[in-house]
Amino acid sequence: MDWYQLWEIISLPDNVPIVLLMIMLPFYTWYGLRQAFANDRLIAQLEADPEMAKTHHRKTQPFKKGWPREVHVWPYLLRIEFLATVIVTAILMVWSITLDAPLEEPANPSLTMNPSKAPWYFLGLQEMLVYFDPWIAGVVMPTLIIVGLIAIPYIDENPLGNGYYTYSQRKCAIWTFIFGFIVLWCVMVVIGTLIRGPGWMWFWPGQTWDHNKLVFEVNRDLHEFVGLTGTWAIAAFGTAVLGAFVAVSAWGTHKLLTLTEFNRKILDRMSLTQYLLLQLLMITMISLPAKMIARLVFRVKYVLVTPWFNI
Amino acid sequence: MPEEKDTGDSKRGLLGMFDTKVVQQKANEDLEALKKPTKTELYKSVFRVKHDDSPRSRTLGVLSNVFLHLHPAKINRDAVAYNYTWGMGGISFYLFVVLTWTGVLLMFYYHPTKVQAFRDILYLEHDVPFGKLLRNMHRWTAHAMILTVWLHMFRVFLTGSYKKPRQFNWAVGVILLVLTLLLSFTGYLLPDDQLGFWAVTVGTNMARATPILGHEGPFGPQFGMTPFNDVRFALLGGSIVDANALLRAYIWHCVAIPGFAATFMIVHFWRIRKDGGISGPSPMMLESEIKNPRR
Ligand code: HEM
Repeated sequence: MDWYQLWEIISLPDNVPIVLLMIMLPFYTWYGLRQAFANDRLIAQLEADPEMAKTHHRKTQPFKKGWPREVHVWPYLLRIEFLATVIVTAILMVWSITLDAPLEEPANPSLTMNPSKAPWYFLGLQEMLVYFDPWIAGVVMPTLIIVGLIAIPYIDENPLGNGYYTYSQRKCAIWTFIFGFIVLWCVMVVIGTLIRGPGWMWFWPGQTWDHNKLVFEVNRDLHEFVGLTGTWAIAAFGTAVLGAFVAVSAWGTHKLLTLTEFNRKILDRMSLTQYLLLQLLMITMISLPAKMIARLVFRVKYVLVTPWFNI
Repeated sequence: MPEEKDTGDSKRGLLGMFDTKVVQQKANEDLEALKKPTKTELYKSVFRVKHDDSPRSRTLGVLSNVFLHLHPAKINRDAVAYNYTWGMGGISFYLFVVLTWTGVLLMFYYHPTKVQAFRDILYLEHDVPFGKLLRNMHRWTAHAMILTVWLHMFRVFLTGSYKKPRQFNWAVGVILLVLTLLLSFTGYLLPDDQLGFWAVTVGTNMARATPILGHEGPFGPQFGMTPFNDVRFALLGGSIVDANALLRAYIWHCVAIPGFAATFMIVHFWRIRKDGGISGPSPMMLESEIKNPRR
């Protein structure tokens, strides 16, 4: 266990945001879900007791008859905003006085940095480069992430959970977002920062970053496992495997969307376009962990090989 | 203000200024007025409304102030509790303001040229009074803003606040997210050191692989792409990260993207108001109350 190496990575000034992320993200996940579960308990009560549902104010926040529904922005909101700016400024001051922004040697195109890393918030994309060619990891995936995020409100046909924390009323949506945002984005960022060392090789936390480490792992294309030859045969084989993957993930997604009575009710409201877009995004999301397992466990390089592009 | 009673010597105008009594009286009036600054024309012209503790004044105090008028006069009483919004949207905005401020100050010392850029940073670090603090604060605030924007998005998702009628504002938010990341990324190159140079080299190398538009992307060569005419060339102003790339990054970073971001923020805040203010905490809806969709 090389504690010094671990400390060296974590204490790098540019990595401090990631350490913050690793603290804040679990905290806020807990903070949000705690309120969701509290609301869910009330929802269950209200569903069970229609009389109560008629008269209850339907929030977990304290409530007394006669309290106004609204409060004045001045002072009730503005004083909070003011306090927030003071606290944030204080934090920034302390942070800026105690930690110096990094400055390396002047740019030198003939001296490659090893590891040469993108800024931390893009390390998820850089990590994806291990599993996909740059045109997928660097262009197609980011585009789909942006499109997918914008599409969320237009795909989600579930009218419940608008303006309050809940888990029970939006299980599918919440799991999907947590999977996409926390597992596929934030965890990848953390891997790219803490785990990937020189030569973009995998070093467990506490393992020394050995610049001379050589890994003799041979990644093979999937068709080499079956020993195919001939461009067309290879391409056809890859297309078939890819098609099978798409079919299986689509089937799995569909199973999820029809799992419960409630899910079926929501699915029934969707249009065909909404459904197809949702499938496309889900399949793309699943493809990342699928390719990661294929690469890390089975040492597969490409699944589909064609003369123009490989996947 | 009640009119003062006529006391013997009736008040006289300034025309009588050669009479010492009049001057004295006038001077007294002015001194009296200083005791009640809020009653002066000067004050009233600036603040326009009374600021006493009545509901009407509180409302007007917010609505008639250009910086505060994006707020409504009143809001949902539960929405002011920290646990609903986590304050992340507001903090993101404040961090953007800090970044603009420190950024403009940095611009006084920085030249986007290969000869000077790196030296300017050294100069800031070692000679400019508080230059190091300035640079540190700009950098850490940028990192912090990315964190708060991510958490803001997470909160908006968990509260389902993107649902009707706020779908479009979520889309505006996603654009703000992308702009925030791009702002940070373009700034990374500006110190012209190894860190920025290689980060941007790695980043823009991906553009080579853009399908059809990049010279190493699928079908790129078939569409006539070379290192000297593809999208990467357009981004860098050359085939390598060099002087033109520095200048381009500078302009995107200091002019274009902040402009876009500010514009979209205005739209974002405007839409919050138009969509009926902050989404909650609103009364919970039950499954049995779902209306059937119109068909
Ligand atoms: C530069 C970045 C951003 C700034 C400065 C910003 C600012 C704000 C502020 C001040 C609010 C008021 C409520 C609150 O503080 O939570 C808000 C609400 C909102 N934001 Fe953002 N935001 C940004 C990015 C985003 C992103 C990335 C998204 C989503 C992808 C988003 C979606 C929304 C939505 C839907 C609301 C309404 C929420 C509600 O009514 O509960 N914003 N934003």
